[in-house]
Amino acid sequence: MAIFLTGQSRVMIQGITGSEGRKHGARMLVAGTKVVGGTNPRKAGQTVELNGADIPVFGTVADTMAQTGADVSVVFVPAERTKDAVIEAIDARIPLCIVITEGIPVHDTAEFWAYANANGNQTRIIGPNCPGVASPGKSNAGIIPADITTEGRIGLVSKSGTLTYQMMYELRDVGFSTAVGIGGDPVIGTTHIDCLQAFQEDPETDAIVMIGEIGGDAEERAGAFIEQHVTKPVVGYVAGFTAPEGKTMGHAGAIISGSSGTAQAKKEALEKAGVRVGKTPSETAQLMRDIMRNR
Amino acid sequence: MDLFEYQAKELFAEYGVPVQAGKVARTAEEARDIAAEFAAKGSSLVVVKAQVKTGGRGKAGGVKLADGPDEAFAKAGQILGMDIKGHTVYSVLIAEAVDIAAEYYVSFLLDRANRTFLSICSVQGGMEIEEVAHTSPDAVARIPVSPLTGVDRAKAQEIIAAGRIPAEAAEGAAVLVERLWAMFTDEDATLVEVNPMVLTPTGDVIAVDGKVTLDDNAAFRQEHARFADTTNTDPIEARAKEKHLNYVKLEGEVGIIGNGAGLVMSTLDVVAYAGERFGGARPANFLDIGGGASAEVMANGLEIVLSDPSVKSVFVNVFGGITACDAVANGIVSAIGMLNDRGDAVNRPIVVRLDGNNAVEGRRILDEAAIPVVERVDTMDGAAARAAELAAKGA
Repeated sequence: MAIFLTGQSRVMIQGITGSEGRKHGARMLVAGTKVVGGTNPRKAGQTVELNGADIPVFGTVADTMAQTGADVSVVFVPAERTKDAVIEAIDARIPLCIVITEGIPVHDTAEFWAYANANGNQTRIIGPNCPGVASPGKSNAGIIPADITTEGRIGLVSKSGTLTYQMMYELRDVGFSTAVGIGGDPVIGTTHIDCLQAFQEDPETDAIVMIGEIGGDAEERAGAFIEQHVTKPVVGYVAGFTAPEGKTMGHAGAIISGSSGTAQAKKEALEKAGVRVGKTPSETAQLMRDIMRNR
Repeated sequence: MDLFEYQAKELFAEYGVPVQAGKVARTAEEARDIAAEFAAKGSSLVVVKAQVKTGGRGKAGGVKLADGPDEAFAKAGQILGMDIKGHTVYSVLIAEAVDIAAEYYVSFLLDRANRTFLSICSVQGGMEIEEVAHTSPDAVARIPVSPLTGVDRAKAQEIIAAGRIPAEAAEGAAVLVERLWAMFTDEDATLVEVNPMVLTPTGDVIAVDGKVTLDDNAAFRQEHARFADTTNTDPIEARAKEKHLNYVKLEGEVGIIGNGAGLVMSTLDVVAYAGERFGGARPANFLDIGGGASAEVMANGLEIVLSDPSVKSVFVNVFGGITACDAVANGIVSAIGMLNDRGDAVNRPIVVRLDGNNAVEGRRILDEAAIPVVERVDTMDGAAARAAELAAKGA
């Protein structure tokens, strides 16, 4: 069944005519994703050619949903327009909105998150600044390379893009049900905890890899959640042990200030919850491989 | 981006948040002249405050009272050039001394855990709010603020009441808080803090010290470049910024280049672990060249990393995703060619690990190029160990 994104998902792209939208739209099609349409208000009624297929362009998310049955939107519009794009998706009540765009001001993200809450959270938001969701062999929505791993029974949730890919590749002999890149920004729509809960409930997932990094206390809260609610084995990895205090390391969220948010604190919180935490990505992959072999 | 106190107060003033008069000085002579201006207006007592982006300035001796221009000259001379927690003092704020009846605390910030904004308000200002929160948690009010409804006068009054700000300061404080919120949202700040918010004997409420952090992601719609500070920036970091590279200077010997912030952070850790076996070799920098990893970006990255004289070896750690490894390998080969052509001879060992899409082809390209300084190792852990070993040898 996978989580959030299945073989039945009908995927649309907000910003389908832009260079990123076209490039990744084509890649998603090749990966087997049902890409059914996209939006550009100035090009409504036209089509865009993706990997040899003519994909219809609509003026609004609501139109795209009505005409194509789209139930997932992937957002590639520039940061300046992302807030409006996500609010439009929320207004259209699309079940899942995956925001790939990076560099969004946090006031904008806080606003569309508050807007989603005020509207009863009908739309699950993943990201922003995330690589998207991949359910190998079924569907791929976002920018995760489709051919680095295989279908299997591990669930993966990660703040970091390339570490997600690294882990998917290391464990390509075992395979994944779904990999979710939740993004490293200070405010994100779907959290580690949301994914842990979904994987716990997914009959096609046997074990979970969780990748975190410095900043905030999401991993600590995830640890507390695992202790209470997750019975499937969880393996963890945390990046940023050598990051100096107070310096931003690329992700807006990856900044430590004071004593909380350090990699050490996160590792300890996860281990306290019974999560086996690897020292390096490959050691983490090996811990997971051992779990899957011994099942 | 964090602002200096004097920059924070410039913004406060623009938004009508009351502040005392003050001017920034970069030399003791400037400090004397500014104090003379204030003295001519009848306020001879001034505070000389070190401008550094860290707390604890008072305890470190970076804040001093001065009576008149000559004392301001002397005190500024003592403070300029001081080192406060690793920050050199290049400027001082000369501010009119304020009579203080009471000191309070108020701030707006992003509450990551609850994914909303938060106001913190306390009747016990003037000291570290963390300490007050620890010793008397009841004295520190936390009031969630919705990005959708924001802060109007009524909400400002709610914040002031929750912080138990007394009646004699309530009106002035509410006005200050409402304007502070306007600044927080209009300027795309992630933190605005007034500590202390002072009640004067004449009943005015003013911001006597302030801390502001602005969101770099909002640069496209803000004029924040005017606050950029180069005095405390590492010269290599400054050059990297010009080339739009995400580079952070660290203290070690192994230069690091990778794609993706998470992978690069992980690379730093793996190198530090490996270094434990090789004389304590440590990562020399963080450098994320992004997902694309084109030849030109790779060349710029290598040039920046190698311009750090403490770098004894370089570890290029790339995961080929959308940009497959063959393209990355070609990028590395032409990057080294570009550097040699430019006259920046690459004379330190470079350990390359390529994994992911088309890794076999990428490795073949590197092997065929047979560049003497390039050594290829297949795994991240193995490559980190080799780079640390080479750094230890070269040290």
